[in-house]
Amino acid sequence: MNNDGIVWEVLNNQFCSFKVKTDLGNLCRHPYNVTGRCNRRDCPLANSKYATVRERGGRIYLCMKTAERAHMPAKQWEKVMLPKNFAQAIEIIDKELIYWPEWMINICKQRLTRITQYLIRMRRLKLKNKHTLVPIKKKLERREKSREIRAEAAARLDQSIEKELLERLKSKAYGDQPLNVNESVWKEILEGDAVEAESDVTTEDELEDEEEYEHEEETARGGRLAREFVADDSDANDSDDLDEDDMEDFGDMSPSDFSSAEEDDDDEEEDDDEDEDEESDMDDSDESESPKKPAAKGKRSAAPAARPKPAKRVKKHGPRVEVEYETESAARDTMLTNW
Amino acid sequence: MSEKRVSVVATSEIKNKAKREEVYGKQKLEKAKAKRQRRKELKKEEDKNPELREARLRENIPATQENTREFDEAVIGDGDEEMAREEEEDEFAQYFNGLAPKVLITTTPNAGKSTVSYVKELLSVIPNLEYVKRGKKFELQKIIQFCKNREYTDLVVVTEDHKEPTHVTLIHLPEGPTAHFRLTRIKGGKEISGHARATSHYPELILNQFTTRLGHTIGRMFAALFPQVPEFQGRQVATFHNQRDFIFFRRHRYVFKSGKRVDLQEIGPRFTLRLRWLQKGLYDPANGEYEWMYKADLETSRRRVFL
Repeated sequence: MNNDGIVWEVLNNQFCSFKVKTDLGNLCRHPYNVTGRCNRRDCPLANSKYATVRERGGRIYLCMKTAERAHMPAKQWEKVMLPKNFAQAIEIIDKELIYWPEWMINICKQRLTRITQYLIRMRRLKLKNKHTLVPIKKKLERREKSREIRAEAAARLDQSIEKELLERLKSKAYGDQPLNVNESVWKEILEGDAVEAESDVTTEDELEDEEEYEHEEETARGGRLAREFVADDSDANDSDDLDEDDMEDFGDMSPSDFSSAEEDDDDEEEDDDEDEDEESDMDDSDESESPKKPAAKGKRSAAPAARPKPAKRVKKHGPRVEVEYETESAARDTMLTNW
Repeated sequence: MSEKRVSVVATSEIKNKAKREEVYGKQKLEKAKAKRQRRKELKKEEDKNPELREARLRENIPATQENTREFDEAVIGDGDEEMAREEEEDEFAQYFNGLAPKVLITTTPNAGKSTVSYVKELLSVIPNLEYVKRGKKFELQKIIQFCKNREYTDLVVVTEDHKEPTHVTLIHLPEGPTAHFRLTRIKGGKEISGHARATSHYPELILNQFTTRLGHTIGRMFAALFPQVPEFQGRQVATFHNQRDFIFFRRHRYVFKSGKRVDLQEIGPRFTLRLRWLQKGLYDPANGEYEWMYKADLETSRRRVFL
């Protein structure tokens, strides 16, 4: 019944479900095949005396098949668990397969070597961090993108930063002699403190003082405004549009002041073009006024022809950080050295 | 105040389309007119009596996501003693007691141009930051070990996708925690119009609105990247502003114009971070213990905020 020759005859010439035909030769899918090739010698079905090495769950087994058990297919294979130590495993193979054909012993040892190697590699790979692919959730991305824009608007970043900085300045977080504050501003802060310390209830005098101070500030701003308000000859017609209030702001400046101021501006612009690279972030000239202020007052509409030039500057320099000195030139020099 | 209410006819009941449209249009106009009138009168009244306006403005506070925020146990008040005690003993306490930060930044292997340029922007922001080009040889956990041996206090890893930086992992050494952020809307300093130039002064730091326990941890993590004592003469301020769990980074130069006014000029870069997870201890994707992790299930309401 179990004639190896007949079995091979059938498998080879008729049908074998484990056979894979390729251009380079036939291969075998049978799990007990020791080489993976399909031929008379390596076929685990057509040989009643056969040995192979298999791995299962990380352990290696030596599997042997002998003709004595050929009539009991369930107990056909004798399994011997090989030790984890490679040298010992080789010894066991030698011992178990004593008197077996030499080629079978060698091929089992080769298979043992290969399996040991891949188990080592498996362990090593497991220790490594695997790259995991994380899906990009488009819907989430889209949602967060729009929410981010809304959150940014709600944050009012500039205002909150400004508020925080002023709080720090007022709470004296920068020390008694801060390096980041202009002297006049620091004096103002200290004076404010003194006023608060004197009395919680503000008297009329103090109110007046405050008003005066505010008035001074306003006039100072107005003065600067007037200087910034460059009137071109060409827009003399436009001056009709000026409100009377606006005219007052010009104060006692003569037409010559206007023209000279304008010339200065022009010169400066040219200079700026040349010196743009050399120019530091901190520009101490009080002539070139922060461009924000005049625009904020909204009186610009009065002199449209004069507007483009400062507007151009806005574009070029953006919100500039600069230090203003509104005192006399001598005082300014001393401050410059102190700064 | 005399309010003119417009008599409203239900236009949906008019069957003739042309008529319906006509009536609807008329009603709409009248409504707008009445509203204008109402506002005019209100303005007149309030001009006469400014207190009314003040009272109205005081009462008329619009409901925002911020002021209708859901109650959260984790929100910490200003003078929370328990939190203060905990913060004295946490992983960052050493830094707040004067340990100088020493930070290393690296990327994923084969980093693209824009990732490297982002790293370079960060180099200008954080003092004592060192960039090491990432090779293929070492895994992140090995690199963490190397950093620990060399006494770095933080490790920053920028991850990219399609050659664009997408995530930032912030690992505090030697014991963690590790935070992973999504990185969006990066704008380099030079892309910002009218930007200022950075100086090498240590910047000041503003951490805004990190309210909860988790938020405090994240805020302290950011703070621990920067030297403890800023150099005020540089007038540079770096801001991490948390709004609805988005952390906006900005850097400005400021100048105090008066006691009430401060002007800002942006230096850049600007970018937005969003926390994805926070892990206790060092980076360990397989066995690490997650303190917090983003899940879609957590987003039960827009008024729920975690940081």
